Amino acid sequence: MNIVSGLINGLSLGAIYALIALGYTMVYGIARMLNFAHGDIIMVGAYAIYFAVGISDNPVVSILGSIVFAILICTLMGVITEGLAYRPLRGASPLAVLITAIGVSYFLQGIAQMAFGAKALPITLPNLGTIRLFGTSISVGTIITLILGLILMLALTLFVKYTRTGRAMLAVSEDNGAAQLMGVNVNRIIMLTFAIGSALAAFASLFYLFSIPSVDPKLGSMPGIKAFAAAVIGGIGSIPGAVIGGLLLGLIENVCKTVPGLSQYTLAIEFGILILMLLIRPIGILGKKRRVKV
Amino acid sequence: MKQYLKNIKQSFKLKKSLNYFVIAAFLIAMIGLDAGGMLGRSTVGILSRIAYCIILAVSLNLVVGFLGELSLGHAGFMCVGAYVGCFCANLLHKSIASDLLVLIIAMLIGGATAAVFGFIVGLPALRLRGDYLAIVTLAFGEIVRNIFNGWDAFGGAMGLGTKPYDAHSLFIVAFIVVLFVLMVCQNLIRSKHGRAITAIRDNEIAAKAMGINVTYYKLFVFTIAAFFAGVAGVIYGHSVSIIRQDYFTYNYSIDYLVMVVLGGMGSMNGSIIAASLITYINVWLQNMLTGDLAGIKQPIYALILIAVVMFNNAPALKPFKERFNLRNLWDLIFRSRRKPEVIKDDAAEWNRIETKIKIDDLLSVEVPPNKANTPDKPQKDGAAAKPKKGGK
Repeated sequence: MNIVSGLINGLSLGAIYALIALGYTMVYGIARMLNFAHGDIIMVGAYAIYFAVGISDNPVVSILGSIVFAILICTLMGVITEGLAYRPLRGASPLAVLITAIGVSYFLQGIAQMAFGAKALPITLPNLGTIRLFGTSISVGTIITLILGLILMLALTLFVKYTRTGRAMLAVSEDNGAAQLMGVNVNRIIMLTFAIGSALAAFASLFYLFSIPSVDPKLGSMPGIKAFAAAVIGGIGSIPGAVIGGLLLGLIENVCKTVPGLSQYTLAIEFGILILMLLIRPIGILGKKRRVKV
Repeated sequence: MKQYLKNIKQSFKLKKSLNYFVIAAFLIAMIGLDAGGMLGRSTVGILSRIAYCIILAVSLNLVVGFLGELSLGHAGFMCVGAYVGCFCANLLHKSIASDLLVLIIAMLIGGATAAVFGFIVGLPALRLRGDYLAIVTLAFGEIVRNIFNGWDAFGGAMGLGTKPYDAHSLFIVAFIVVLFVLMVCQNLIRSKHGRAITAIRDNEIAAKAMGINVTYYKLFVFTIAAFFAGVAGVIYGHSVSIIRQDYFTYNYSIDYLVMVVLGGMGSMNGSIIAASLITYINVWLQNMLTGDLAGIKQPIYALILIAVVMFNNAPALKPFKERFNLRNLWDLIFRSRRKPEVIKDDAAEWNRIETKIKIDDLLSVEVPPNKANTPDKPQKDGAAAKPKKGGK
């Protein structure tokens, strides 16, 4: 009985990580930068949901309204940070870009702390109830997370593969300069990437709130780092890799949490796996090796 | 030995070692004030805090500023040093009466343990660069916290109780350690090893091609920086009565990154000044701001961090920076006889040398423009006309 519920809970947690990891991996693949502030976009989305969830008594309307609001706010935030902080540094040294991204993350956390206080605010999402599946009761939120998460990932994969814009994204990630010569507006593609990543982060923040219903300024940093670990494990720059890495990490976390002696070392085990992965196969499960040319 | 002392005498320059004297003079002044009973307990506490912040900032600068790798796990090394060092100090207090001796042994043990972890974290650094390494160091910091949180021998979630060192003498020890750390780092950077380290930062492949052992130097820098972070952790552990793992979060590492970036990456004195100033300002702000206003510190530091990085690195700001930098300002104020046009010309010259040779320059080598104006113009015309005719 525990196995089924553990599997589904783990996969749904994994779907959250995968959604966040997609944002990391896309930005990394296309802009060649680690967007440290991506985790904090989730926090922004969570605050947006916190304020929008009370618009209606009807659970469906309230959740739909809050997710739309969160998507708007997150996309806006992603595009603004890209335009103001990262665009001026395009072509600068990677270290400078990385430090700026850390600065943006620090800034967002600080602003949230100033505006809403450091304390965790409890949030009351409409109760969606539970359903019985294979003899165990599983909350509907978990099921929605898993199914919607998988649908979003599938949609993203199809978008990148079969649309003109998606192909332009692939081209930019392959060779920035050559794509520009072929008439791709690189700046617009990067901005679009940030927008898509942030919109996925908005979904992730809703799903995250299904499992932990409270909001605080540091909410995004830990899932963000874990999702980055997932992206690296799956192979950074690869969309299916991010999904596999995310689901794997979610399962591992859930297994660790249920084993009595290991539960307090969950974090250490997850990051230990990341470090091992980087030592054994730095390009990740599905990553492609990039040769450094002089 | 005599030759060695002679060498030191010859190579000694006041300008190069001014920072030791400034810190030593500051320390002596503070000891004097303290002996006169002018410093309160809190002021003395701030002094030792400044000291360990300087050690952390200088050692982080070694990794970030000189080696050019981003480490976000500096608080993790500090955490290891603090826990292990203070754990040993607790044991040693039973057998050794002298507090100073215990502190020194604890610093060595804490530093050595942190150095071992620095070596281990440095290993992935050989295969990874930049972003990946930042994540590995960050993950390391979180793993350390997680393990100490669950380890009951080290107090678990309650934290490890320590025996605080006498605050009025801790800052003296701490500042002497600062002088030592500064000496090691500065001499390292000015030696041939230091040149190798900065060469790796500037271009790893080129450094490798020049025969620099990149593996050795990367591990070396990580180990040394971790050692000093561990020592700083032990000093921190002796300034408080309980060590808790949630003090060493990843944001705490970023605080030190802010100091290093503000002070100037690759500048020892910059790190020292920034660490002292920021630590002092933080304490001051803590007393000034209470409640919700206390949060204003973080966004302001973040903005300053972004602004400094952007000013130093944004490609669009480069011409602006070349025109309005401190040196030009200095020239403008103190050397007014040197006209601005001259400076501008110099800048233009340098730009030409730096950029690749232009097509115009290449052409002008073949046909120098002044030759066209020489008396044998008609002849040249004729020569030019001839092949035309032949062609027709």
